[in-house]
Amino acid sequence: MTVMEQRGAYRPSPPPAWQPRMDPAPLLPDAEPYRVLGTEAAAKADPDLLRRLYAQLVRGRRYNTQATALTKQGRLAVYPSSTGQEACEVAAALALEERDWLFPSYRDTLAVVARGVDPVEVLTLLRGDWHNGYDPRAHRVAPLSTPLATQLPHAVGLAHAARLKGDDVVALAMVGDGGTSEGDFHEALNFAAVWQAPVVFLVQNNGFAISVPLAKQTAAPSLAHKAVGYGMPGRLVDGNDAAAVHEVLGDAVRQARAGGGPTLVEAVTYRIDAHTNADDATRYRGDSEVEAWRAHDPVKLLERELTTRGLLDEAGLEAARRDAEEMAADLRERMNQDPELNPMDLFDHVYAETTSQLREQRAQLRAELEAEQDGQEGDLR
Amino acid sequence: MTTVAVKPATMAQALTRAMRDAMAADSGVHVLGEDVGTLGGVFRVTDGLAKEFGEDRCTDTPLAEAGILGTAVGMAMYGLRPVVEMQFDAFAYPAFEQLISHVSRMRNRTRGRMPLPITVRVPYGGGIGGVEHHSDSSEAYYMATPGLHVVTPATVADAYGLLRQAIASDDPVVFLEPKRLYWSKDSWNPEQPTEVEPIGRAVVRRPGTSATLITYGPSLPVCLEAAEAARAEGWDLEVLDLRSLVPFDDETVCAAVRRTGRAVVVHEATGFGGPGGEIAARVTERCFHHLEAPVLRVTGFDLPYPPPMLERHHLPGVDRILDAVARLQWEAEG
Repeated sequence: MTVMEQRGAYRPSPPPAWQPRMDPAPLLPDAEPYRVLGTEAAAKADPDLLRRLYAQLVRGRRYNTQATALTKQGRLAVYPSSTGQEACEVAAALALEERDWLFPSYRDTLAVVARGVDPVEVLTLLRGDWHNGYDPRAHRVAPLSTPLATQLPHAVGLAHAARLKGDDVVALAMVGDGGTSEGDFHEALNFAAVWQAPVVFLVQNNGFAISVPLAKQTAAPSLAHKAVGYGMPGRLVDGNDAAAVHEVLGDAVRQARAGGGPTLVEAVTYRIDAHTNADDATRYRGDSEVEAWRAHDPVKLLERELTTRGLLDEAGLEAARRDAEEMAADLRERMNQDPELNPMDLFDHVYAETTSQLREQRAQLRAELEAEQDGQEGDLR
Repeated sequence: MTTVAVKPATMAQALTRAMRDAMAADSGVHVLGEDVGTLGGVFRVTDGLAKEFGEDRCTDTPLAEAGILGTAVGMAMYGLRPVVEMQFDAFAYPAFEQLISHVSRMRNRTRGRMPLPITVRVPYGGGIGGVEHHSDSSEAYYMATPGLHVVTPATVADAYGLLRQAIASDDPVVFLEPKRLYWSKDSWNPEQPTEVEPIGRAVVRRPGTSATLITYGPSLPVCLEAAEAARAEGWDLEVLDLRSLVPFDDETVCAAVRRTGRAVVVHEATGFGGPGGEIAARVTERCFHHLEAPVLRVTGFDLPYPPPMLERHHLPGVDRILDAVARLQWEAEG
């Protein structure tokens, strides 16, 4: 039987014979965000995993502060920070196997870094020396997607293709709360459920789409509830609890890999920084709200769990901090070097074979550059 | 010498055969779209593909064009070669964001590391009595987007040959199928398909010396008819079939115009901001001293596509083409 035929036939039936296609109850999300840290569930969590998550969270926080600093210094054109959302970013990367694919949005550079891609290559888009700096196929990470939710159908198609080929590959796609209003969000979830594609959708509900709060974005009981309408399970998780996010995503990935179809995960978190360095968050929210969320900081939550349970001592904490500082120093040093730019690259990747029009335009730019160079040499003389 | 009797085939049949042969030759070729499976497409162009290759290879999708093209992007990222059907020209618009923001840019964005070999088949153009939203000529939108190839066949042989080339291309191709030519017939042997010129090459369909009609897709038969009618007026018109709007064949177009010294661009799409303006500008920039008259355009009027009972007034016809030819400043020669 082919993949598409496994769905079985649904035929229109006259009203007396009508019944729901499935019981919606098992699809309903958690009544409140699922938590591990500070609960009884924490005792069951693998201490090594918690330590690994912590090391990545500390690195992630440092990465966010370093990238923000580089933006202030003019080394990045723009930086959409994920400060406060590191648990989601890190857990998304760690929930996947090597062979799986990650589909990030522009705010998810940290997830890509946590997956092991060189941060300088990841930040290419935001530095502006090219649109995408890493090899998507080598890392199995799609380019950072800027148009909201447009990467979600890509994840569905890739996961579907993998399943058609008989590969047990899962795609994890990341989107924000604002992105759930886009048509592509709807179409992606619908296709994924109809095709039972091995996809996990992670919605980071960070409270704001730039300035617009969730209340103006949706009237749904929760974003996770949207899953039910598509016929897939929804999960609601505390997005600042790295252990919980990792567990929920891990379960969803396993289910998808086993042929159980897609899951929609809503991780409730908070964007501590402004939308980007170009945004002024004081115009739409108060300090007290931000402070309340700072008290529920993902790094602190996990640190408290590890230290109170004696899973990490001061030396361990120090090692994590040192590792993060080394990463930041390396990033700083490399980003403070000017990227190599070759304007002729502009013409090299428009088509597999260039066109006569682009050949002419390439020659024009080359002539302009040569004239520019001659002019500069003339100035020197 | 023996001649093999070849039965006439329709353009629709040639297109079907092209997909069938492509699917047989490459297991990565997948067809997806609305009603393309069990039904065989509303124009029956995918007829028999689901039966022969299974629903995993020829798939009825949910009714959502952005989703169709968006998932095709992901399939291509994983190494497949999707052929997407948009049911009608005006139903392709929901897929514009995927096409413009991702399909056209992915090769460039990734420095050539992740090209997207996707063929987007779009039935286009009028003349079939379609009600609103079933007759648009949307080629100018696609032409204005770098990274896409925009191809349109006007003959049965080209329908097969160009579609095979489009599917084999490592670049995304918007493949515009002239609806009203779906049932046009020509003697064509599916077992020995005629070799055709590559994408990017224009072809002279009728040699002539007086003036060149530059056209493509649904307007080719109209231009050929006009050229026949023009003989009575003493004009020997050349008819050039562009076949490929992107890449554009400046070389063949300019060589033709330099031969005849006069040119009329003919298409159904609206004139303002339409392909004809670009073509006329390119010809003028390159062949100015060979031109005996300004390049004229015969196009659809600058209005939303008319209701079917009025569309004949909108579409370029023989008389309107001959009127344009008559305005090519012949008296200046005398």
